[in-house]
Amino acid sequence: MDRSYAVEIVYRGIFQKTLAKHISRGLVLAAAKEGKTGISFGRYGDSPERNGIPAKNFAIIAPDEETLEESMSQYEPKRVDVTVSVDDTLCKGVESWAWYGLQPINRLLNPGGKLVVTSMLGFDDLFKMIHTKDVPYELAIVRGIPSFSGLWVYKDDHTDVRILGTIARLVPEMLSLKAVEAAILEEWKDELKMLSARKAYERVESVVVPPGEGNAETPYEFTLPGWKEMPEGVTIQSIQMGGAIVDPETGTLGGYRPAVNPYFKKFSTRTMRPVVDFDTCIKCTLCWLQCPDSCFDVTPDGLYDARMESCCGCGVCEAVCPVDNCVVMVNEAEFTDNASQWEMWKADKAGYKAWVAEKIQHRPERSHGFRLRGLYQEQIKAMAAVGITKSGEEKVGGEDTTEASAGGS
Amino acid sequence: MATVREREVALADKEELISGSEAIAVACKLADVDVITAYPIRPYDTVMQYVAKLVANGEMDCEYIVAESEHSQFEIVKHASAVGARVFVGSSGVGWMYAFEALTVTPALRIPMVAMVGNRALDDPGAFGVEHNDALAVRDLGWMLVWVDTAQEALDVALLAWRIAEDRRVFLPCAIGCDGAFLTHSQSLVKIPAQEKVNEFLPRYNRGDLTLHPDNPITVAPQANEDWVMEIRKQNDAAMRRAPGVIREAYADLERIFGRRYGNPFFEEYETDDAEVVLFGMGTMSMPVKVAIRKMRKEGKKVGFVRLRWFRPFPTELIQATLSRFQAVGVVDRDYSFGSPYFSGVLANEVRTALYGAERRPPVVGFISGLGGREVTVPNVRGMTDMLFRAASGERLTDTYWIGLRE
Repeated sequence: MDRSYAVEIVYRGIFQKTLAKHISRGLVLAAAKEGKTGISFGRYGDSPERNGIPAKNFAIIAPDEETLEESMSQYEPKRVDVTVSVDDTLCKGVESWAWYGLQPINRLLNPGGKLVVTSMLGFDDLFKMIHTKDVPYELAIVRGIPSFSGLWVYKDDHTDVRILGTIARLVPEMLSLKAVEAAILEEWKDELKMLSARKAYERVESVVVPPGEGNAETPYEFTLPGWKEMPEGVTIQSIQMGGAIVDPETGTLGGYRPAVNPYFKKFSTRTMRPVVDFDTCIKCTLCWLQCPDSCFDVTPDGLYDARMESCCGCGVCEAVCPVDNCVVMVNEAEFTDNASQWEMWKADKAGYKAWVAEKIQHRPERSHGFRLRGLYQEQIKAMAAVGITKSGEEKVGGEDTTEASAGGS
Repeated sequence: MATVREREVALADKEELISGSEAIAVACKLADVDVITAYPIRPYDTVMQYVAKLVANGEMDCEYIVAESEHSQFEIVKHASAVGARVFVGSSGVGWMYAFEALTVTPALRIPMVAMVGNRALDDPGAFGVEHNDALAVRDLGWMLVWVDTAQEALDVALLAWRIAEDRRVFLPCAIGCDGAFLTHSQSLVKIPAQEKVNEFLPRYNRGDLTLHPDNPITVAPQANEDWVMEIRKQNDAAMRRAPGVIREAYADLERIFGRRYGNPFFEEYETDDAEVVLFGMGTMSMPVKVAIRKMRKEGKKVGFVRLRWFRPFPTELIQATLSRFQAVGVVDRDYSFGSPYFSGVLANEVRTALYGAERRPPVVGFISGLGGREVTVPNVRGMTDMLFRAASGERLTDTYWIGLRE
């Protein structure tokens, strides 16, 4: 190894903070086992103590201290060799406190770099989300549902070490599996975790992504003003008032759509979104009242349309809605745009009904979000189906192929 | 009796992957600090979190008090130190400023308080990134001020700080400047010295005749008028004048016992032997500066860097002797001093003042860069160096130049 290597771990605030730290620390500790050096740090401006907000950790591995200095005193490497996305919905791009605009998940990847995504989806589904890149790179999937936990509890489902094993396979010049295994034993003193890393190493699924493959959307971005253009006194202009909207069916003007911040949209925080059945809505106003982000537009016909550019997917609307299946949270990966559901419904009510019926089949794993503290037991079956763990139903003392225990034992 | 091998193991450094803040918390444990007070503010809070963890894990035994404000936080350790407890405290940005009254009274009482300042821009605007104005606010008050640039140095300097501050010839508080984010939140591999070595290096704090105790009845801090104050200030001045000698002794012992060599304790020189021009600064900006210097050296540009560690006491004679060797000096301030001479930063005017008494006075070019935690980049360093070569060729660059500013 004659240069430094950079790895970024893109994760969701609170739910995956410990996971991200485990991965970036694990990389440096493994590198140290091979006589290399490194640093592990979080992107300072991120403020990851917010549910679901996209945030980043980094690991830099270098052959010596002098080479390492090139990557120190920085918030974020300019280029990375590996990007890890520990939740597949982050593949839609991320916007955070430390970034203005929507950053494609593969933006920092070097030509030939590796994008590692934890997902139950296939490559084609991921390409609907991941933005195109003008150089080839490699996409690897680590099979698994996103590992989400709370701020004070860690769901030790071995996602951390499975990522380490995968990286050792993809970038052997940076890290060997042997080093990863030695570091795992020293840091966690857990042989099972070591075996999980090894199994992940053996099972890597990846494809080379040619230039132009993926989501062709142009991500929004902004130019920051110079000091002479900025208002003095640390002041910023308020958002202007909103106004009435037009009913596409009747042409009448009514309701209210607040104006929103054009520079910070917030939706990349979302891992699930509300789908509203306007036919069963009783117009009780509770979703509109309780939404912490004021993202429900009042339509001219008195309905409430969740504005997808502002929704961060907390699930409060679903929790307060008194009607069964009127507001249902659906896995964000099932959508490719932020279109208005009310406009879809207005244009084709029968079609919309069918669309809703299909979408609400894809309820996300609710290990997080409003009133849920981590129902990990419920996830074991799904994980067992792809061989990540046992279902817990096998008889004791059977053949041991356990890769991970998802809290079952 | 321990075998030779067991003894070697016991005395060996242990390597851990920790941040600069965590390194200081580890130093607290090694120094067996008696009283630690805390109040959360980023980036300092990473220290209190790690101290709390060490205490909760039973690895460290101390009075750990989370105060209701920074003012009380600093007052509590001041009093604890007066009765003979080894203390540690810290804050950042406006948190440090909220403690300001406590900060002003501490040096006069000759309290060897060791504080970590996780350097942070002063509000407003609310910002987390590094600026040095918070710690520099106490520069005239009798605090010793030292800046570090790696987690390893943070650990070593924390141990040095107790050793120096608690020396009876000094008895002054010492603040350790740690750049927010780059040092406080970045984990690197740090060598943790064996407890036995630390015990040899760091004697117990002995407040002696100044101990506030029923067996030693004294009154601390009575009201004093114009017939007393000047003499009290002179005592502080004398203590600060004695500090450099104590700093030298402590660094020599650190080298002897820990085997880590810092050379001149007061500042680090990088590629200065044959340098024509040098940059001068404090803290973690040393990383991009050194990288840029290595690149420029390959192009034949004779550039060096001087990283100041001890800002108070300021090493005036050493700075004169060193900086007057060069054809131009560029001082990079990660701070501001609005309305000051040349509208420059604090450090630039300190350097100008020191050099005024030198026989040979190279031009000093003032730069302000990296405010609010903005990265000081390699191209920034190249730009500053180009200006230094122009200054060395006789061009008068007497303004203060903001580098990396969005025009």
